[in-house]
Amino acid sequence: MIKNLELELEKLKTKILRLGSEVEKNLFRAEKALLHWDENMAKEIIDSDEDIDRLEISVEEKCLQILAQHHPVASDLRFVVTVLKINNDLERIGDLAVKIADRVLILVQKKLIELKKPDSVQFPEQFAHMFAETKKMVKMCLDSFVEEDADLAYKVCLWDNEVDEAKTVIRKQTEKILLETPEQHKYIAMLLSVSRSLERIADHATHIAENVLYMLQGEIVRHEMDDLDEN
Amino acid sequence: MPQTNPAIRQISDAIVEVNNLNLFYGDKQALSNISMSFPRNKVTALIGPSGCGKSTLIRCFNRMNDLIETISIKGEIIIDGQNIYDTKMDAIELRRRVGMVFQKWNPFPKSIYENVIYGLRIAGVNNKKILDETVEKSLKRAAIWDEVKDRLHDSAMGLSGGQMQRLCIARAIAVEPEVILMDEPCSALDPRSTAKIEELIRELQGDYTIIIVTHNMQQAARVSDFTAYLYLGELIEYDLTKKVFTTPTQKETEDYITGRFG
Repeated sequence: MIKNLELELEKLKTKILRLGSEVEKNLFRAEKALLHWDENMAKEIIDSDEDIDRLEISVEEKCLQILAQHHPVASDLRFVVTVLKINNDLERIGDLAVKIADRVLILVQKKLIELKKPDSVQFPEQFAHMFAETKKMVKMCLDSFVEEDADLAYKVCLWDNEVDEAKTVIRKQTEKILLETPEQHKYIAMLLSVSRSLERIADHATHIAENVLYMLQGEIVRHEMDDLDEN
Repeated sequence: MPQTNPAIRQISDAIVEVNNLNLFYGDKQALSNISMSFPRNKVTALIGPSGCGKSTLIRCFNRMNDLIETISIKGEIIIDGQNIYDTKMDAIELRRRVGMVFQKWNPFPKSIYENVIYGLRIAGVNNKKILDETVEKSLKRAAIWDEVKDRLHDSAMGLSGGQMQRLCIARAIAVEPEVILMDEPCSALDPRSTAKIEELIRELQGDYTIIIVTHNMQQAARVSDFTAYLYLGELIEYDLTKKVFTTPTQKETEDYITGRFG
């Protein structure tokens, strides 16, 4: 009996890790698409999102099947519940990568990038930084899940501030640019949307890390972490 | 050392208190240094692998073990302020206050009616009105009244297993006990009858203190407020059921309830 459950939990872990790696791949693609205005890369993200959605459903079905057939308890229960929750966060990260891809397509196809004045806009650098921080968070939260590393999960929760700061820098710059060159407003609006998407991806990575902490320690830390942020 | 949640160590309204209980069958020690309190009008489940001492422990609470000659018991069990192993304790009165339901239902080969009032009869109660009222009240409380009210004078032996077990619960309730001990009450029942008994346990909780021994982990999780895990005669962990089944503190408990051991 227990061997069956262990086998099922192993299968579930493989599935969720596959989903994690697909989502991470799309986040890398989104970075390339934006930093190089790469239309094809953006299309690749949009095309592969269907696979991510399918994987998400398959993970959820596996969780429900395990709950119904094996009635897991204690650490097994916490593992299944955690997978069920981070499954959702990963799928949302996938959707946000698609949203970034959409913005890139709009920018390229409507030739909005031509409005950009390279002298005054330093976005690629700022975005490179924001992408790097966000990717780091996603990687760290997945690593904390695989390695069952609570310290790393805590680190992710605290890292969120870095991404928030990067977003603030971009917002302040855009405000300044809009005042100086209002004709760039369409271009700026798209870029602001991208920075918002990245910020939300970081939030999902934080949720994943919080759920990993629950899985490992059995305590729900969600709101404690919010308090920590506020202080 | 057993890991007991501080909240449980200081149960303010404990009905049964076990202090440093050691029990031997001849030379063999079956219970070692058990200290725990059972809260009044709650359901407490005792779980653990076969031979861990859980049935031995609940049999101490109504001195069922007295009948075993080789047994020796040290320590104390206090029920409502009285040490039940005190020489002044009347074992028959104790067994009225602490009823028991067994794994295999054991109705007497008598009518349903006579089964319920058996305890009252031997206590010398013969008033028909009181007896009738007790039968109705107890059978209703045990959720079997509707099924048997038209055949109260038929033999109890014609009932189904699940009905017989509920009749035994009615018989236990009829003498108005404070504590009901249940030793694997559903292990010989089909899922539907099991569900009925479990529902009944939840309904009785609040009016009676129920201590249940079960091998069925899901059952312990479903019906109890508190769960104690015993292993090799020792209390390993004792906590709120929801805590034990989501975040046990002891590795032994974790291994047992997840099925990795035992």
